[in-house]
Amino acid sequence: MPQELSYLKQTASQTAGPYVHIGLAPNRAGFDIFKNNFGDVLTTPDTLGEQIILEGLVIDGTGSPMRDALVELWQANAAGKYNHPNDTQKKPVDPSFRGWGRSPCDFETGFYRFETIKPGAVLGRNGKMMAPHVSLWIVARGVNIGLQTRAYFADEEAANAADPVLNLIEQDKRRRTLIAPRSARAGVPVYRFDIVFQGENETVFFDV
Amino acid sequence: MMSELYQWDRTLQPPAFTPDYKTSILRSPRAPLLSLENTLSEVTGPVFSHNEIGELDNDLIRNYAHTGEPIGERIIVHGRVIDENGRAVPRTLIEFWQANAGGRYRHKKDTYLAPVDPNFGGCGRCLSDDNGYYFFRTIKPGPYPWRNYVNSWRPAHIHFSVFGSGFAQRLITQMYFEGDPLIRLCPIVKTIPDRDAVERLIAPLDLNASVPLDTLAYRFDIVLRGSRSTLFENRLEGN
Repeated sequence: MPQELSYLKQTASQTAGPYVHIGLAPNRAGFDIFKNNFGDVLTTPDTLGEQIILEGLVIDGTGSPMRDALVELWQANAAGKYNHPNDTQKKPVDPSFRGWGRSPCDFETGFYRFETIKPGAVLGRNGKMMAPHVSLWIVARGVNIGLQTRAYFADEEAANAADPVLNLIEQDKRRRTLIAPRSARAGVPVYRFDIVFQGENETVFFDV
Repeated sequence: MMSELYQWDRTLQPPAFTPDYKTSILRSPRAPLLSLENTLSEVTGPVFSHNEIGELDNDLIRNYAHTGEPIGERIIVHGRVIDENGRAVPRTLIEFWQANAGGRYRHKKDTYLAPVDPNFGGCGRCLSDDNGYYFFRTIKPGPYPWRNYVNSWRPAHIHFSVFGSGFAQRLITQMYFEGDPLIRLCPIVKTIPDRDAVERLIAPLDLNASVPLDTLAYRFDIVLRGSRSTLFENRLEGN
């Protein structure tokens, strides 16, 4: 017998189930319990950067919205700096911006929706800049382990073309599933990012 | 100090497509996941502080009590959040939710015939301490039926959501109770491909941590992905 490694074993994931709202967004389950609720508005009037809305549907294998899914978002600030000690880039932290939000899909429309700012570019591996993007994590009934993906911004064409992660995706058609088109509503830029589980436009999910 | 996470252990983690848990069939990706090395986007994550958490948030016996205390077995659940290296995961947000003693959730979409308990919300949260330790007090949840097979029942369980330090450590899981005969029958439990990994989701009774004449205790440790101390070159940031 060789020597034994002493690593512990990861705790296995289990589905968040249909009632994930009770734990993560009780007001959406239909009751009021916490003084402070975590939500989908990441900005305050002080937050630096271009205020945007990022929204979309989470879509199952029949093409229908998954109205009980929940999406979390993590992103850098407008300068491309994460509000976390592991980010040692020499860039300013924005004290009014944590960069994290949580949005349960709407029980009627199926939309998740974040009010945030467009992030700056972050340094990636091997000295290559990554195009501005947000990380998304999706859980739901029927999802055994949270899915990770990224949303990029359609108006960042040059940066997207040089992005080391997007360029790992072999098929152009699949790469496009990570790029959110931009429109505007009442003067506010709106990026639409649908998360598609199966079929022709299946979103690229990461093992990361 | 930045270090990359060990990869997800796919021999222990449930795959997305598990046909015996029927809902997963239409809610699992068909294309392979794209393997990606960690960048700053994965090894950073949200930081939470104590002033975001209320005083009663970790006491489910009191945090929704209106006319009295909730019905059911009073229990303490406690344990540590650690990583694969055995290191504490300090000051991480832990959220938990569950059905009441009769197996009914306080949720507008739950229609099970067992009654809602007017004094039980069924959710709580806390931050782990500097040693990764956490605890909360609650009522032991009941099992309940669900529509997978016609006669499928969930074992009693508490849902857990944990953050860790990097967003790629984000985890949701469920804790089960020692001795529950429904565990080995459950299609959701059986999405986990490794028998020992299932056992590690089962909290043992911890009589030493109980409060005599008052409350029983169960112990539940959570292990998140560990991170690598890079022995040679670390090119994560590229400089």
